[in-house]
Amino acid sequence: MSERRIGVFICHCGGNISDYVDVAQVRDAIKDEPDVVVAQTTIFACADATQQDMVQAIQDEQLDGLVVASCSPKLHTFTFRGVAKRAGMNPYLYTQVNIREQDSWAHTDDPVGATEKAIRLVKAGIAKTRLSSPLEPIEVETTPKTMVIGGGITGLRAAIGLADIGLGVYLIEREPELGGWVAQFGAMYPHERKGRELIQELVAEVRRRPSIVVFTKAELMAKSGSFGNYLTEVRVNSGVPDLIHLEVGSIVVATGFDAYQPEVGEYGYGIDGVLTLPEFKALIDSSEGSLTYHGRKVGTVAYIYCVGSRQPEGNAYCSRYCCAATVHASLKVAEIDPKLHQYHLYRDIRTYGKYELMYTESRERGSVYMKFPEDTPPAVARGASGQLTVTTHDTLTGGEELTIPADLVVLVTGMVPRRNDTLMSVLKLPIGSDGFFNEIHPKLRPVETVVDGVLIAGTCQGPKNSSESVASGLAAVTQSGAILKKGVAELDPLVATVNTTACTWCGKCEETCPYAAVEKTSADGREVAAINATVCKGCGGCTPVCPEGAIDLRGYTDAQIQAMIENLAEVPVV
Amino acid sequence: MTKTLTTAEASRRASPRVLVFSTNTISDPGIDLAGSRHLHYSPGVVVISLPCASGIKPSWILHALQHGFDGVFVAADGDECAYLSDCSVRSAGIVQQAQALMAEHGIAANRVKMAAICSVCAEPFTRQVIEFSEALAEAVV
Repeated sequence: MSERRIGVFICHCGGNISDYVDVAQVRDAIKDEPDVVVAQTTIFACADATQQDMVQAIQDEQLDGLVVASCSPKLHTFTFRGVAKRAGMNPYLYTQVNIREQDSWAHTDDPVGATEKAIRLVKAGIAKTRLSSPLEPIEVETTPKTMVIGGGITGLRAAIGLADIGLGVYLIEREPELGGWVAQFGAMYPHERKGRELIQELVAEVRRRPSIVVFTKAELMAKSGSFGNYLTEVRVNSGVPDLIHLEVGSIVVATGFDAYQPEVGEYGYGIDGVLTLPEFKALIDSSEGSLTYHGRKVGTVAYIYCVGSRQPEGNAYCSRYCCAATVHASLKVAEIDPKLHQYHLYRDIRTYGKYELMYTESRERGSVYMKFPEDTPPAVARGASGQLTVTTHDTLTGGEELTIPADLVVLVTGMVPRRNDTLMSVLKLPIGSDGFFNEIHPKLRPVETVVDGVLIAGTCQGPKNSSESVASGLAAVTQSGAILKKGVAELDPLVATVNTTACTWCGKCEETCPYAAVEKTSADGREVAAINATVCKGCGGCTPVCPEGAIDLRGYTDAQIQAMIENLAEVPVV
Repeated sequence: MTKTLTTAEASRRASPRVLVFSTNTISDPGIDLAGSRHLHYSPGVVVISLPCASGIKPSWILHALQHGFDGVFVAADGDECAYLSDCSVRSAGIVQQAQALMAEHGIAANRVKMAAICSVCAEPFTRQVIEFSEALAEAVV
């Protein structure tokens, strides 16, 4: 093995690391490791001045490997790859070692143990770097167009945003009309503007932009190609179904949600007068002067919260928007008829942020809130006299049983994932345990998916209110712009690679890859596997299935991981 | 000269060494969070993070156990995997293959353990590695 010239920088992070890890001892323990030519401690590795020192060290010492032992790689991998790049070193010869979140902070009770561990971690990082190879990002030219799937409030706003940054847009809507759920809504919180009016404005804005092409009654049926250059097949069902082909660089999925539909008998659903929240909102929106149901004036409404949400069996998640939507509905009811009695039976109320003020106002205007125990939910019945009743236990008055006569019972139902098997099959988007589409990371990459260039926004990724949905739609616009406006996209080269000498083409790697990144090819007259680097996601799922050990994942090669294991297993003397 | 060990030192010396395989976007952030919240576990626990638990080679688990680790803990993606919808099944299969390899070398199957650790699973991770370390320590005794 040829000799390497590796620089190692060990960070104090102020005192976040060095209060518990003896960083000088770590430096002394690794400075004589083979190939290490620079070993330094630094107060803040990420500081501009330190980065400049690193650039200087890389250039002066002609380093071909860089290790920074500091915080989590999630925070500064790109920072130090940038340092390497500025110094003229290939950025993939850099390794970040986490001695803060996974060492000093986890072992504040054991400084000696934390120091020992830091030495093992840094040695493993050096071992990995020693076996690193220069890699180049995979560059692809991109098509400056985006497909937006879903013409609800999120998709409409995203389409406008995309057009305004100079991208072409194909807006695909399955239904005959644009607008989605919000087009059905009356006054919405917090601005009291009607949903259908908001949608009319957005649709008018869409029509005003010639770079947006709208297809209604249309569905995505197939997608091929790769990041930056997808070829899609869309079926448009206007009279005779027609298949059209559209080239796009990115796709924004904004397919929305379905409302939870209770089973007959669930909290009395099926009894006349028991409505879901969407049914009740439609009743409010159509009411003028007084709230009536089947021609009878409504005097008492009882709301039961969390129906279909936060269930041990079924939907475990909180649907997030329904508390505020119900409190807002109760304010609309109070506007229609201030004397109407309203009882809110809840497990927990979460009108987060500024919507807390609506909750306060609702109470001031006469709504009564009662918390029921989780294990004793309210029971809905219609008695022999025809009176609808809700029986509940009021936790805050010692669990007293109360029976409330009601003209209407509203089941506060939440959002559930919208089933769309064709779309799921075509896009191969990962689904979470809750059934919604999964982003890569909820905080750091909230609208990106593992399928490069395919973004998710709005309620297809989980319950949101409309303003949160639009915000995520605009995040997808920004992300699309970041991908497509340069005209060229760089893909991370940490993808699978085949040792064609060892490969005997058994086809197992091709079978196991759901992204079709593995193809059969020939080398020296033999059938062997080849990886399409622009399609490979870099998961490494193909590496353990190869009986010949012929596949490696760049950045995580067999040799690198084995060397790391050996260095992590060594117990240093401290 | 006889040195009196502190409680932490005694605990560390008795504590088994555990290699954790985590995943870059799911379980590793959960492990980071455990540290950010100063939840304590043994410094004998060290982590190698990979893109996906389905990319762990069974031979790596054997390699670790043959090179001095007392146990290997796979902090898997569970159903949250952003790459592979069948990641749980795949990673369970990898652990089974590793156990078969371990059996060939006379290594007890319970020296490898897998559990799903999510990106905010700070307490579950800490609990899992403490319990696993304790179980390994008892097995050694």
